[in-house]
Amino acid sequence: MVYGIIELINFAHGDLFMLTTIVAAGLMVSVLGVGALTAVSILPLLLALVVCMAFGGFLNVSAEFLAYRRLRSAPKLAPLMTAVGLSFIFRGIAQQDYVNGSAQKNWPVTWGGPVIEGVFVYKLLMVLAVTIPLLLAMTYIVSRTKMGKAMRAVAQDQDGARLMGINVNGTISFVFGLGGALAGAAGVLYFLCQTQTYYDTGTQLGLIAFTAAVLGGIGNLTGAVVGGLSIGIVQAMNEGGAYGLGSNWSQSVVFIILIILMVFKPEGIFGRPTTEKV
Amino acid sequence: MSAATPALRAERSPRRLGRFAWPAGYVAVILFLFFLYHSILPSLVKPVSAPVLAWLPVATINECLMWAILALGLNVVVGYAGLLDLGYVAFWALGGYTAGWLMAFPFNWEWDFHLFSPVRASTPGTHVNFWLVCIVAGVLCAILGLVIGAPTLRLRGDYLALVTLGFGEVITQFFRNSNNIGGANVANGDPGISSIDPIGTGPLGALGVAPKLLTNSAAGNVWKILVLGLLVGICIFISLRIREGRLGRAWLALREDELAASMMGVPLVRVKLLAYAVGAFFGGIGGVANASGITTAVSPSGFDFGKSVLVLLMVVLGGMGNVWGVTIGAFLLSWLNGNGLKQIGVQIDSLAGTNLEASLPRYNYVILGLLLVLMMLFRREGLIPESRTKALMQMPSRTEAESLGADSLEAEAETGAVEHADAAGDARIAASAVAMAGSGAGAGHATGGSARREEES
Repeated sequence: MVYGIIELINFAHGDLFMLTTIVAAGLMVSVLGVGALTAVSILPLLLALVVCMAFGGFLNVSAEFLAYRRLRSAPKLAPLMTAVGLSFIFRGIAQQDYVNGSAQKNWPVTWGGPVIEGVFVYKLLMVLAVTIPLLLAMTYIVSRTKMGKAMRAVAQDQDGARLMGINVNGTISFVFGLGGALAGAAGVLYFLCQTQTYYDTGTQLGLIAFTAAVLGGIGNLTGAVVGGLSIGIVQAMNEGGAYGLGSNWSQSVVFIILIILMVFKPEGIFGRPTTEKV
Repeated sequence: MSAATPALRAERSPRRLGRFAWPAGYVAVILFLFFLYHSILPSLVKPVSAPVLAWLPVATINECLMWAILALGLNVVVGYAGLLDLGYVAFWALGGYTAGWLMAFPFNWEWDFHLFSPVRASTPGTHVNFWLVCIVAGVLCAILGLVIGAPTLRLRGDYLALVTLGFGEVITQFFRNSNNIGGANVANGDPGISSIDPIGTGPLGALGVAPKLLTNSAAGNVWKILVLGLLVGICIFISLRIREGRLGRAWLALREDELAASMMGVPLVRVKLLAYAVGAFFGGIGGVANASGITTAVSPSGFDFGKSVLVLLMVVLGGMGNVWGVTIGAFLLSWLNGNGLKQIGVQIDSLAGTNLEASLPRYNYVILGLLLVLMMLFRREGLIPESRTKALMQMPSRTEAESLGADSLEAEAETGAVEHADAAGDARIAASAVAMAGSGAGAGHATGGSARREEES
């Protein structure tokens, strides 16, 4: 998302997500005292969702305001390194004992409700109930609203957009906020599905997510969804399939796909090739 | 490019007088460090020697030297050739594991092989001389560098960073799962390989001047300064010489404008691959130095993404492309990471009565990340920048902006770059703008910016 607009791999995005999983865990378990997840826990869930989205959005916007904004005219290496630095800061904070510690932390959360063929119905329902409205809202914002139009304009040509009277800085801040909020929502979902938090989750998942985005074609929402699904299928095949290498190798498999893709079809499945101009 | 060679030679000739300046200075510094810890400090009274040993223990110096090798290697890839590599840890790991394979007690196979090794001939396992292992690891890593380099030739910028990062992770995962590669135990998986031979001293040890094996004892650590210092010196020498040569100039051209370089007849494929190979060679040596000289063990958990970033941070902090800057950056950061933060904590504790000694080192990730962000915001070109890098880092990269189809981005960014420039530069630009009878303030800035760039590059 952010990448499509300002052409920057946000390395810190995954770590932001990781921080929100910890916030979600802390809020739901320690503050609200959620133990078993049943239909009753829908309110704390909503509260955690709102708080985490606000938290992620706020953190991302402030990072943009403090760091990326000043680097917009700098060579690409500078914002990239800044993102790596931010990711280090987030990881470092999460590693502190009073936040999460450097080991994996399991939270005492269990799933209640009916179970059908090993699938927790509530879990599935909750994921769908959160993801689908968010995706619809995203599509609406990007394609229908004025802000969405401004976002697309900025993505195409920042100077052109500025000349057309679009507040480029404001738009980019908004995009960062939106990206952060989505990371927050994803954080809540991830925590509820896995019931554990770990400071390294962000980097691992962030890379896989980026591979998915590249697989589908950068800046293409359909492509991102298809890419995400196919990466998921590949991982599942690798881990559970008869000819798979097992979960020890899942990261390698994803990366090798990424590398092969980069070499042969860098524009992704749904992307259109860009030519290089002098 | 060959037409420019005579001119360059003529320009370089006055400096030939100072040709031995840096080797002499470097040898003096290393020898000073060696004698400081070998004979001077032990003979001094405690109040004098204790603070020095607390702030700068011998082991930390060795670590600094080892990191300097890595930083110099990455400097070739990132600083010279401008290829952002986020998976440099792969070479370090392979170097370390080469040492593990060739210099340790076997973990799964049963044969004895000794080659100029300082350990006793009755010791089971493969034991090869440290210097030979350095060369073998360097060559192996160079080959791996070619393998990694080949698919990434067409990529640039972020994609390149991502793919190299992916390679780094794949290599680490390979070693993590290496206890079962198709049923064979290649490198013992998670626990890694331990009890790697320490560095031998050869004739010096035979004469009784130095200990025969440089273990992690006090005496061994002192002598390691010389060995690692020699390795760093070789790396600095290669870096400096290669930069002056045809290959180095091709790298710089590649870094500044890939398209223009290829138009000028720089063979892109060969030059890029060579950059990876040379960088990887250094990385391999660094890996052997680490495995044999510092940790005497290798395990996959040590080779994580954070290490890649740490090395990159050293290069960026010191000043990309500048050998001395990078060396200093490596010293500074590895000191901070290893011992500095703890000592600063101790110092603050004694002044303010807090308890930071234990907690400050825990924040090393936060502090390093903060340092990186601050560096990028306020001193992008590094502590000791190379003059060319400075100009480059202040200017936007032209090809990238234009390949996105935003040609006008450049003019705006140049205006920004001019604003960042020093006051004297501003005055000069203003003067040149007036002289050019620039029509408006914006146009004046833009022309001034491009004039300034031509001047500097």
